[in-house]
Amino acid sequence: MSAAIEATALSKRFRRVWALRDCSLLVPDGHITALVGPNGAGKTTLLNLAIGLLAPSAGVIETLGWDPQRHPEPVLERVGYVPQERPLYPDFTVGETLRMGRALNSRWDEAATRARLLRHGIPLDRRVRHLSGGQRAQVSLALALGKRPELLLLDEPAAALDPLARRGLLTELVETVAADGVTVVLSSHQISDVERVCDHLVILSGGRVQLAGDIDALRDEHRLLVGPRMDPAVAAGDPTIISARHAGRETALLVRRHAATPPAGWRAEPVSLEELVLAYLENPAAGAPPPPTLVEAAS
Amino acid sequence: MINLRLDTGSAMPAYAQLVRQVRRAVLRGVLTPGDRLPAAREVVAALALNPNTVLKAYAELERQGVVRSRAGLGTFIADSAPAPVPPGVQRSLRPGLDAWLERARAAGLSEEAVWSLIDSAVLDAYGADVA
Repeated sequence: MSAAIEATALSKRFRRVWALRDCSLLVPDGHITALVGPNGAGKTTLLNLAIGLLAPSAGVIETLGWDPQRHPEPVLERVGYVPQERPLYPDFTVGETLRMGRALNSRWDEAATRARLLRHGIPLDRRVRHLSGGQRAQVSLALALGKRPELLLLDEPAAALDPLARRGLLTELVETVAADGVTVVLSSHQISDVERVCDHLVILSGGRVQLAGDIDALRDEHRLLVGPRMDPAVAAGDPTIISARHAGRETALLVRRHAATPPAGWRAEPVSLEELVLAYLENPAAGAPPPPTLVEAAS
Repeated sequence: MINLRLDTGSAMPAYAQLVRQVRRAVLRGVLTPGDRLPAAREVVAALALNPNTVLKAYAELERQGVVRSRAGLGTFIADSAPAPVPPGVQRSLRPGLDAWLERARAAGLSEEAVWSLIDSAVLDAYGADVA
């Protein structure tokens, strides 16, 4: 078990604003990690630091064991990046776009890339401007995969796609991972996509890591405790309580590292991934991060 | 062959949903020893599901003795899988269940309300969490 990305006390400041503050996290090798958080949480900044498009203001980031600032070549050669805006030249044909990929990447796999586009019925002679949104997303992914990356970074890859195109893109992604074992980090607002595709989770909030770990292990650590209404002030003081709702005669607490049996009069229910993520996002102060360890990152 | 499904938004993790579907198909007698499960790669593609999640479900089923993987051939329902509910028992128990459900429907209960009653009755009778 090793880390594809390792950040230690990583910070990035734009003028007076901290986009990332004191982030320590591990992205495990051989997994698909979801980067989740509200807009402005620092997700894109983190991806840009990992590929070396940005330099840290403080702290350290290593990608595949390299400092992307001091050793940009090995990082750029081994990491595929699909930014959110999918920068393709609209006047290029798909074939010309592939030629560009071939010219720019020493490890380019032309046959696999053509096969991938053929499978999705994307003609090589069509201009990018005439492709549908879903086809453009597939071309961007194919371009990033064409260089046979060890690590693939995707910034909201399925945003603004219709359900069918979104499913097609996610299927392409998981099939590639199953075949080639590429490590993936993707940012997303769609928790249902994350639940399907990802097995590791990082919640970023306000430039900090709020929660990180194996998704099944995290779900196992959290429960919804439902019981008689309690004093909100009592709930507010307990760090294991991530969120508290008080309605009518009931209180519902989303708790971490819960006891094996709930207190008398309370019942413990498993939570959906969406409930878990929302509980953290609604309470940015919750979840003071324990120091990350490789043991925690393992599945 | 079984068509596995995934309910995102469920309180049950994806791998556990797959395990439950296979176990239930065995108990209903839909899958019997020797039947082949879809290859993990096929499940990954059909559900757009994380490959590690599918492998975890298959490993868990193997650990439970429900399936056995044979190198190069695939994953099959094992002889050690739980025995299906015998057809005779199904036939004798089912009318009581149908009658009870008819009374629940007549009382205006929704499907969700029915499940909540069944879940808590099973919990009381068997002690294990059925979720």
